[in-house]
Amino acid sequence: MKIRSKDDLDKIRSKVHDSLYSPPCLKINVGMATCGIATGAQDTYNKALEIFEKEGVSVAKTGCMGFCEQEPLVDILAPGKPRIVYRHVTEDKIQEVVESYQKGEYPKKSILGQMKDPRSVLEDDIENPLRGAVPINGIPFLEEIPFFSKQLKIALRNCGYIDPDNIEEYIGRGGYFSLFRCLNEMEPEETIASIKESGLRGRGGAGFPTGIKWEACRKAEGEKRYVMCNADEGDPGAYMDRSVLEGDPYSVLEGMVIGAYAIGSNDGFIYVRHEYPLAVVRLVETIKQAEAYGLLGSNILGTGFDFNIKISTGAGAFVCGESTALMRSLEGKVGRPRAKYIRSVEKGYRDSPSTLNNVETWANVPPIISKGAQWYASLGTEKSKGTKVFSLVGKVRNTGLVEVAMGASLRTIIFDIGGGIPRKREFKAVQTGGPSGGCIPEDYLDTPVDYEHLAKLGAIMGSGGMIVMDRDTCMVDLARYFLEFLQEESCGQCVPCREGIKRLLEILTDICAGKGKEGDIELLEALSDTVVKTSLCALGGTAPNPVLSTLKYFRNEYEAHIYDKKCPAGVCKELFYYEIDEEKCNGCHICFLRCPQKAISGEKKKPHTIDQEKCIKCSICYQSCKVDAIAIR
Amino acid sequence: MGEIAVAKETGAQPGAVEVDFRAIDDLIFTRFNGDKENIIMILQALNKEYNWLPEPVLNYVSTRLDIPLSQMYGVATFYSMFSLEPRGRHLICLCTGTACHVRGGQIIKERLEAHLGIKPGKTTEDMRFTFETVRCIGCCSIGPVAKIDEKVYSRTNSAAILKALEGYT
Repeated sequence: MKIRSKDDLDKIRSKVHDSLYSPPCLKINVGMATCGIATGAQDTYNKALEIFEKEGVSVAKTGCMGFCEQEPLVDILAPGKPRIVYRHVTEDKIQEVVESYQKGEYPKKSILGQMKDPRSVLEDDIENPLRGAVPINGIPFLEEIPFFSKQLKIALRNCGYIDPDNIEEYIGRGGYFSLFRCLNEMEPEETIASIKESGLRGRGGAGFPTGIKWEACRKAEGEKRYVMCNADEGDPGAYMDRSVLEGDPYSVLEGMVIGAYAIGSNDGFIYVRHEYPLAVVRLVETIKQAEAYGLLGSNILGTGFDFNIKISTGAGAFVCGESTALMRSLEGKVGRPRAKYIRSVEKGYRDSPSTLNNVETWANVPPIISKGAQWYASLGTEKSKGTKVFSLVGKVRNTGLVEVAMGASLRTIIFDIGGGIPRKREFKAVQTGGPSGGCIPEDYLDTPVDYEHLAKLGAIMGSGGMIVMDRDTCMVDLARYFLEFLQEESCGQCVPCREGIKRLLEILTDICAGKGKEGDIELLEALSDTVVKTSLCALGGTAPNPVLSTLKYFRNEYEAHIYDKKCPAGVCKELFYYEIDEEKCNGCHICFLRCPQKAISGEKKKPHTIDQEKCIKCSICYQSCKVDAIAIR
Repeated sequence: MGEIAVAKETGAQPGAVEVDFRAIDDLIFTRFNGDKENIIMILQALNKEYNWLPEPVLNYVSTRLDIPLSQMYGVATFYSMFSLEPRGRHLICLCTGTACHVRGGQIIKERLEAHLGIKPGKTTEDMRFTFETVRCIGCCSIGPVAKIDEKVYSRTNSAAILKALEGYT
């Protein structure tokens, strides 16, 4: 059926309301994004189908709720019962979980929380479907557990709540009303004005104001204009785009159609990296369904507006996340960036005006139109409006995707939402912004997170990766790691980036191998300065950031490597050895059993020792010692 | 078309690849409309089909789409997913993204190198495994992560991965 009127949208919305919120019988939602599937969600889903489908239970798949640490997550609802999210529901546990739910027993151990209000930000026009449900004593509300309570979900509004392959469920959560409004009630210029007023800035990293980009593209001379979605999420440690594409792809599509209408474009691309096969599969299905419902393709919503989207898959090149490189790659060429004397909004893909926005940026567009620019602009800080999704990973207890209003402090994100560092260890630093970003130490944990404040600290917002590190991460090795990454990914056309990064990496590799010498730090600084100032594109221009920020905050670690020939974190193998602290060792024998080299000897309940000749410093003993008796020397 | 004939002649030699040129035609012209701009996706499909990009295949696509072989070589070597060497029966893809790195991904890498006797990007002599590293597959919250063929191993360590390898023959 082709949707033509608001009435059509309303009808679908009320039709799916029940299957979303009050199904006639028990419903099991299994979180099945790549992260969920990797922890066993597909098996859980299959098992649930096998056992319960014949009983009339409906088993559905959803995207990821964001709390990846607790996956596989299963959300169960039934008429007249509380709605409960269970954690770590692997294949072997699903039967027990569902049966206990049916019996009205709620084992705390396997429950993440009970839902209080499942509505998205776009659904404040309907009553809370869970009003009147009797809560169960002793089980926390999902919305009140620390991981969720400080979040505000706009871009992630539907992830984990709808079947990503079902366009009607997206409409049921208030989707496509924004597009309807734009095409029928707003002029393109008005749409652009609204995005400008909202203060939305590019979520891919650079933070360029989205509305200004759209306006420039609309005004640029050219016969054809192109609208693109950058889903080449290359920053290691960031995966929000994957999650949005796998959990709520329609939000991106709707945003793109709105953008295309505002800019005056009839052709678009989604450039998605091939490392995300599930995202590609879901996008293909999304596009098919949107076309079938008259929400994409020709004569959208019967208004005469045409917009087609083609999916293009990247082939594994980090630099293709850069706008000009991405457009060259779309043309079937090697993805080398060009100097931006002329911006892509004027001459981009096929030398035509082109607008490229990131996945998360597009997903923010429909709520801005629905709820108004002022609402969006009321969130966040002075210059950074709205919310930002961060992937909170590394040495942090609650790993996952979190969306907070701009301006939340690093401490709130890492300690309140993230639950702090596991194993009672101390926080050392947080790395933001991927290879172009920097490391922020403890002293700055109260910094509000927005584009300006992070830049001031020598880091950047980037696409939102937040990698938390404890004492076991060597900051020199981390800088070396990023430089190694960038050296591989440099496209090689400009000398400062190609040669500069290589030399920086050589110096860092020497320092990590114990061959550091006096003057290395100064040389790193001078070389970094040149690479920053003279590289052609942002990849080179920001490449030294990991070096500069670790030098700024952790200079003592560089000095320990160079002058004392020690790696305090116990990472650089030439610069430390493991030793068992006789006073702490209780002779539990675990290290003895786990050592792959049989380098550890000792009787049970007596202090053990390590044979340095045999030890390969694989860290297995260090990681498995319960009493912290393995010392780094 | 001279080069294609050469490819057919060498088809009988040990280690040479049998190339189905008609299937390549279908791919280029039916699935990808014969559009040069789709060259990257065409090569992706062929890389998947053959598990690498044999020279006769590149030659043929170059002729049919009228793209200079030098340009195709540029594309095939620039993007990391393409392989110009035959790859093993199973692909080990170890994530070396930042989150996996700080959780011990480097140690898994070193132990895999030692166990397989090859560096990343290479294939074992018996063609059983190709070992590659990838910079982030977006499963950062459950790292370290490794993929063997299509199966993802999450929250893993070197001992678990070495054990898992036994299941792939």
